[in-house]
Amino acid sequence: MSAVAAQVRVTQARVALSEWTKLRSVRSTRWSFLAAILFAIGLGALVSAIAGHHYPRMAPHEQATFDALDVSLVGVQLSQLAIGVLGVLVITAEYSTGMIRASLTAVPKRLPVLWAKALVFAATTAALMIPAALIAFFVGQAILSSHHIETSFSHPGVARVVLGAGLYLTVVGVFALGLGAIVRNTAGGIALFAGIMFVIPPLLNVLPANWNNAASPYLPLAAGEAIMSTSSGNHLSPWVGLGLFFLYALAALAVAAVLLLRRDT
Amino acid sequence: MIEAQGLTKDYGDKRAVDGLTFTVRPGVVTGFLGPNGSGKSTTMRLILELDAPTAGDVTVNGKHYRDHAAPLHEVGALLEARSVHTGRSAYNHLLALAQTQGIPRSRVDELIDMVGLHEVAKKRAGGFSLGMGQRLGIATALLGDPSTVMLDEPVNGLDPEGILWIRQLLKRLASEGRTVFVSSHLMSEMALTADHLIVIGRGRVIADTSTEDFVAQASGSLVRVRSPQAARLAELLAGPDVTVTPVDGDGLLDVKGLKAAQIGDLAAGNGIAIHELTPQQASLEDAFMELTREDVEFKALEQEAVA
Repeated sequence: MSAVAAQVRVTQARVALSEWTKLRSVRSTRWSFLAAILFAIGLGALVSAIAGHHYPRMAPHEQATFDALDVSLVGVQLSQLAIGVLGVLVITAEYSTGMIRASLTAVPKRLPVLWAKALVFAATTAALMIPAALIAFFVGQAILSSHHIETSFSHPGVARVVLGAGLYLTVVGVFALGLGAIVRNTAGGIALFAGIMFVIPPLLNVLPANWNNAASPYLPLAAGEAIMSTSSGNHLSPWVGLGLFFLYALAALAVAAVLLLRRDT
Repeated sequence: MIEAQGLTKDYGDKRAVDGLTFTVRPGVVTGFLGPNGSGKSTTMRLILELDAPTAGDVTVNGKHYRDHAAPLHEVGALLEARSVHTGRSAYNHLLALAQTQGIPRSRVDELIDMVGLHEVAKKRAGGFSLGMGQRLGIATALLGDPSTVMLDEPVNGLDPEGILWIRQLLKRLASEGRTVFVSSHLMSEMALTADHLIVIGRGRVIADTSTEDFVAQASGSLVRVRSPQAARLAELLAGPDVTVTPVDGDGLLDVKGLKAAQIGDLAAGNGIAIHELTPQQASLEDAFMELTREDVEFKALEQEAVA
């Protein structure tokens, strides 16, 4: 048995490399990212084609509010589900398979594993979904241009919305990962993620309208989606909104970190 | 070297490990023996700090496991519960763990060859048989060339060839000066591999002794004697450390505390005829059962109470 070199020791960078190996070596990663990319580009192209075809027969007020940018990025709404589910799974699969015991035996200080997971998953999501949003935008505009209703990337706010869509998906991933790390269970993690993102906002409708209006812009989904909005409505300004959504994600990670240190495995 | 001091762990109101104090020394194979549910796996999780003790303390090579800069170089562990992502290949599993502390790729290849998983290294670990899973677990344990090797029930699911391989491996690791700590619920398996035994029952240490002493104590302590003058012989044999139990009305006695030769000599010296004189080899399994019987009985009662 050969001796292992003396410079062997745990560092945050090495744990990040390890997490990258873990992320790229399971099928769920490939399928989920593939689904997220196809939703973003494919659904955007499909809806652009339908909308472009339908445009000449739209009522004037529909034509007036037609948003070529929104139409081409409509697939992001579905992409966020794939990214959210994968974010939960990245951590909960370690618990369901027992891999977490091996991971925490290798890194018994524990927190480097959580930080590395979040960082590697965020970087991978950004690296794939920012380009996917760009492609979805340009494919959508190319389709809409045959009806001369396209918008251009240099148009004010467009670059922010398109790149923001990729960043929004990245934060969705980190938020989901944090929630997954808190509940340590795949079904529970996905339910919690979907509940906070998509179920709580309509529930607020039972509140008096002025309460609802005051609270709803600060919910995670609404805050995050502000980065993709070009209209002035009841929402936060784009970067404040995305920043708040990022704080939600960090808060989830912080809770997960405290629990990770305290709980038995 | 593993040192536990008053190690205690409660899960809810159930005490899984109760004030364990023991030392596992380098250079020998130490068997960690106990019935199922006696706290062996819990103890190992406490050593790795996967679980936090309710009370007491345990260190590995003088430090808490968590405080080592290269944990996999200090302790290599095979836990009883599977600790592998079923969707990942054996190779990537080992690689990911190696990368956490800069263990080179060449070491991963070396171990895959050593445990005989070369053919299936790129296949998903979820499809592995129990035996292949154990081999992967052992490769994981040895990844960091650890000075302490801790294996929970390593022969589970292995074929006879695999069991032999484990025995030789454990002995070799110990001969290289490593601390080798192996749990089992099978006394016979431990008798073949372990130099030292720590026996636990219901979360407590009930024996901490060399295997040799344990075996000596277990066997040869009971001698069966048949004599037509059994009553007289029983009187002669009686002494402070000797118990004589009549087995039947036909002159058969069980004698504890004397060797067969002593009994024969005593009988001959007093002119007592002996028709049978047999040292009873209590099996190790019997000895172990005897030692842990109370704990198992307690558990059965507990289960009855629950049911």
